[in-house]
Amino acid sequence: MLLAAGAAFAGSWLPIAKDGVHDPKSPAAKQLQQPQEALSRLTPDTTGNQVRWVQALERGEISPREKLNPKTEIRKLDQDILLNLKGGMPIVRFPHKAHTEWLDCSNCHDRLFKQQTGATKISMFEILQGEQCGVCHGAVAFPLTECYRCHSVTRPGKPATMPTHMDPRFHSPGRLGP
Amino acid sequence: MTLRTTIATLVLALAVCLGIPLAEAEYADVVINKQAEKNGMRPVVFPHWFHRIRFRCKVCHAELDFKMRAGANDVTMAAIIDGKFCGACHNNDIAWSVEKCDLCHSGKPGLPSGIYGGHETSGPGRW
Repeated sequence: MLLAAGAAFAGSWLPIAKDGVHDPKSPAAKQLQQPQEALSRLTPDTTGNQVRWVQALERGEISPREKLNPKTEIRKLDQDILLNLKGGMPIVRFPHKAHTEWLDCSNCHDRLFKQQTGATKISMFEILQGEQCGVCHGAVAFPLTECYRCHSVTRPGKPATMPTHMDPRFHSPGRLGP
Repeated sequence: MTLRTTIATLVLALAVCLGIPLAEAEYADVVINKQAEKNGMRPVVFPHWFHRIRFRCKVCHAELDFKMRAGANDVTMAAIIDGKFCGACHNNDIAWSVEKCDLCHSGKPGLPSGIYGGHETSGPGRW
């Protein structure tokens, strides 16, 4: 049983020639790097690219360049924002740190979100349609099926955040994967 | 429903039940086909996974001004040869040059532009 579970999370990346978007007759099908080769070495996840990208970066498994132009200023911020303070789901902890490792401030501010906390009304309705957080989450960052990676802070007086059928190893924020 | 679609639906349902993997793009693969096929080339497949191992999002989405919405950028070969967009790296210095047409223009003919699926979620269309 354990073995089967282990095998199930060993990752399964389709070869480029069989992924449905590449033309198997293209010369690229034989030349491009295969996802299996690159991604199977990184901290695993159960969804998306099956990689915990934030952890892969933190742990030095990858070292992506930060800029092309030597004059570009690299801006990072280590500050958590708590959101959804009154809703029914657990509180959202938005970590600027993990986001600014990858992104520049200008990617979100002020087009998607105003800089002042609370000034932008954030809604799951918008997010599910690919706006706000949904510009990336659900397209390139971990998908919106992972409710508890964002809704991660238990409300005072409430029981633990995650429903019992969900395995915290897969669905909690900041884990090192299965 | 015709017999053919009924059979296709049943085969699909069976494949899903048995966990047989259907062809799926890697999560966040982008097909770029505003210009390509009109000009006799295969569509471009841009793999986010390959690029984010080597570059942070901010390099393309802040320094190079790629808007974060598939289809929002007018990426032409003229701009690329001029060193803009893909051409900032694909210049035979950081990455292969524009002469290697087929390495980027590698998509299945007829695919519409957009961001494609991936493991479990099948991408933006299915959460």
